[in-house]
Amino acid sequence: MTASLASPAVSGGAKTRINDFSIQVATVNGSGSQTANTVLLRAIFQMGVFVSGKNLFPSNIAGLPTWFTIRASAQGYVARKAANEMLILMNPETAKDDIVKADAGALVIYDEPLQLDKLRPDLAYFPVPFQKLVTASCPEPKLHKLVKNMIYVGVAARILGVDMVEVKKAIAKQLKGKAKAVELNQNAAVAGYDWAMENLPDQDHIRVVRDSKTQGLIIVDGNEACALGALFAGVTVVGWYPITPASSLVETFIEYAEEYRKDPQTGKSTVAIVQMEDELASAGVVLAAGWAGARSMTSTAGPGISLMSEFIGLGYYTECPGVFFNVQRTGPSTGLPTRTQQSDIEMCAKASHGDTLHINLYPGNMEECFQFSYDAFDLAERFQTPIFVVTDLDLGMQNWASRPFAYPDKPHDRGKVLDQKQLAEIQDWGRYKDVDGDGLCYRSLPGTPGGKGAYFTRGSGHNAYALYSEKPEDYVAVVDRLRKKYETAKSYVPKPVFRPLGSDRGMLAFGSSDPAVLEAQDLLAEQGLKTDYLRLRALPFTAEVDAFVKGMKVVYVVEQNRDGQMANLLREFYPEHATKFKNVLHYDGLALDAQTIVDQITAFEQK
Amino acid sequence: MSTATPSAPTNKLGMTKQDYVGSKSTLCAGCGHDSITGQIINAAFEMSIEGHRVAKYSGIGCSSKTPAYFLNQGWGFNGVHGRMPALATGASLANRTLVNIGISGDGDSMSIGTGQFVHAIRRNIPMIYIIEDNGVYGLTKGQFSATADKGSHLKNGAVNELPPIDPCTLAIELGCGFVARSFSGNPKQLNAILKAAFAYEGTAIIDVISPCVTFNNHDASTRSYKHVKDHDFPLHDLGFIQYSEVEDVEIPAGETEIVTFPDGSKVAIKAIHEGYDPTDRYIATKAIHESMQKGEFLTGLLYIHAKHAPLPELLNLVDEPLATLPQSAVKPGPEVLAAIMETLT
Ligand SMILES: Cc1ncc(C[n+]2csc(CCOP(=O)(O)OP(=O)(O)O)c2C)c(N)n1
Ligand code: SF4
Ligand SMILES: [Mg+2]
Repeated sequence: MTASLASPAVSGGAKTRINDFSIQVATVNGSGSQTANTVLLRAIFQMGVFVSGKNLFPSNIAGLPTWFTIRASAQGYVARKAANEMLILMNPETAKDDIVKADAGALVIYDEPLQLDKLRPDLAYFPVPFQKLVTASCPEPKLHKLVKNMIYVGVAARILGVDMVEVKKAIAKQLKGKAKAVELNQNAAVAGYDWAMENLPDQDHIRVVRDSKTQGLIIVDGNEACALGALFAGVTVVGWYPITPASSLVETFIEYAEEYRKDPQTGKSTVAIVQMEDELASAGVVLAAGWAGARSMTSTAGPGISLMSEFIGLGYYTECPGVFFNVQRTGPSTGLPTRTQQSDIEMCAKASHGDTLHINLYPGNMEECFQFSYDAFDLAERFQTPIFVVTDLDLGMQNWASRPFAYPDKPHDRGKVLDQKQLAEIQDWGRYKDVDGDGLCYRSLPGTPGGKGAYFTRGSGHNAYALYSEKPEDYVAVVDRLRKKYETAKSYVPKPVFRPLGSDRGMLAFGSSDPAVLEAQDLLAEQGLKTDYLRLRALPFTAEVDAFVKGMKVVYVVEQNRDGQMANLLREFYPEHATKFKNVLHYDGLALDAQTIVDQITAFEQK
Repeated sequence: MSTATPSAPTNKLGMTKQDYVGSKSTLCAGCGHDSITGQIINAAFEMSIEGHRVAKYSGIGCSSKTPAYFLNQGWGFNGVHGRMPALATGASLANRTLVNIGISGDGDSMSIGTGQFVHAIRRNIPMIYIIEDNGVYGLTKGQFSATADKGSHLKNGAVNELPPIDPCTLAIELGCGFVARSFSGNPKQLNAILKAAFAYEGTAIIDVISPCVTFNNHDASTRSYKHVKDHDFPLHDLGFIQYSEVEDVEIPAGETEIVTFPDGSKVAIKAIHEGYDPTDRYIATKAIHESMQKGEFLTGLLYIHAKHAPLPELLNLVDEPLATLPQSAVKPGPEVLAAIMETLT
């Protein structure tokens, strides 16, 4: 036994970190470790402690290294934390490197034969004879690989003080319905726990203590939350093409639609879902379905939006509704397809050729993923235009604790659509006539009987009556009205969230950066630098953003891309304040952490 | 509704042919595409198609402009180059009661849009899909298209060295249940094919050889009026009998083959070309290949398989248009959300 807690480098008088630590688990992908990691995360969550999980996985099906980090935080900080207090090293290929990179004092659970304990003296080692335990707890050799992971869950539970009742419950939840698998995995976890109880010493470094912070909360990922938003929004046509990290949004939707979108009498489907041949085709389906009156959507990532761009221009200019989810990943090109980034901000703001400006929504948490997805369909129909719901891999595919979603009571807003009777009453209808002065025109749907309302939609120049026109004044009238729509949208899109500390130094961020920025705001305040934080939730920029930008001396724009894309948009829309915007950037594909922000802002302030 | 003189003949809906026209064409005088437009108007009038049910889609090209020139009572969507099928797919799913007419060109469908052509057929989108095939890109001023014959010349003398893609054999290969070829200079045949296509439930592919008088009607062209007339080999005499008229029409016995559509409409096919069986895709494909090698155009209903479930049926969609389902049919109640939240705790 080499659990050397006596070593002065790791114990000393250091205070035990209660419900406040990060664990990193290194495994091989395709080995079933995802289940084990989720069980460990859930078990801690069930202990009433705030947790968040980040899966750092390769773009590969099996055999490459993968890391999973679990952060517990008594204060409720859920951003990634760069330093880890515990390592679980199951991958022989990366173990040595993981040790080299480990933070001093970390506890290391590892497979005994790897003999890692000689590598660094400043870590606390917990070697575990996994193979022996597996063989003893599981009679079936072909299941050994899967069960092995559950053993480290048991060992970790023992070291951290997680109640085995919660571990067992989490296993049952995770493997719902598969009684044999539940039993096998519970046995393995218990075997790990029991062995650790007998053979590993106590440690006073980190500890899970029962709390009540997570009572009533759910665990969900953003793609599921968005899928649920679309479900309740009553989406009726879905055209899509698989791409990480966006696929699971539609795939989860398909599962829910199976259950909740069948006509109770006939069993027939109230939603059409088609996996198209590519994203071009998906975009065409979305826009034409919207044109014909359906609530339509697609889900994709950056490369898909690139392909869709020609169609998006058509949708913007011909005024077809449609919801486009972009679950961003690390680009350009294939980039790091399983890593996160916010690097399609400028693209989605202006997707396509010609002058285009789109409404974008930036959910920053699970409830917003749900609510904004619901709202996006209302906006699409009210504004008759492509709407972008811009999330990212971190929101979309990671596990997040959240309050349960509130039922969206607001009825669907189907926008300005004229039916047969209304058409009959109108003398001089024009598809693109701005009757109300808000830029939003009245449309008719194909198939409307009565002999009125038919019109011709075209991507070429047209006038207020949807007739072909190359007249300069007709062209300008249409594109100026489209710009007016963008102005009108300012009073419809979600307003930013403001967290002021009474400062003239601003922080502006959006989407998945929120948890790290909130934590950074606290850390900076502790250092004596107060900031006011504005979390942007949509384009166009609303009056609240105007006021914030005007009121601040400096605005640190925190975002997850190389070029400061949101800052660029801000400089464009607020040219008189352009010099206020300072880029705080993070773009290595890992989720944003608070320290990165603190370091960059501190450096700016010291200049 | 009718805007024509009271004496003009009317169809079963009481409409005159004038009710089926569109805006004035802006194509070159003599362009084959205009003849096709004329036959669409005739067929829709004669079939008593309800104008408000019609949705017209197209890509980009001279051909793709034509939906503006027929059926003004229907809705039109002139989209982007080569992507007409995606529009038809989306709208036909949104409202399965629409009568869908897609117009494309040989450039639009056989180059930039080949993928969409292929997948529309594979999904059997309920639509008439017309390729107005002139062997060139008319709208961009006469470049070769992918249906241009090997060895054919452009006006400027350039020679095409690449083999053509034939939309018809490709469509048959893909499992399309209705594949026809016609010639804009053969209105009678085109009329019968179009009517049969209106009765067909899935994707009806019609490749219409349609000369471009401006860029591809010269002596060295294999898509000129003269060349096509000289090489047009109609396979059969086609007669279309709509379901409502089946009782009244006497179908001559003998060599006439009858194909019956699910709605009861029939096509009577009286063979001219011996041994050609349009219900056998292998025989059909072989005959088409042989004729192409001889530089001939076999025209008529090349292949027909009357019942072939279209996409909305395959997806088991509700009968009414998805687009106008009430909120109560598509928004689950609070108890559903509560139950889902429970599974996530
Ligand atoms: C993305 C894109 N690329 C190129 C064009 C230019 N373009 C317009 S029509 C056309 C070819 C049309 O040929 P075809 O479909 O045969 O129609 P035709 O004019 O011969 O009837 C091209 C290349 C375009 N509109 N869009
Ligand atoms: S250029 Fe050719 S295809 Fe285009 S309108 Fe003129 S004749 Fe027709
Ligand atoms: Mg052409």
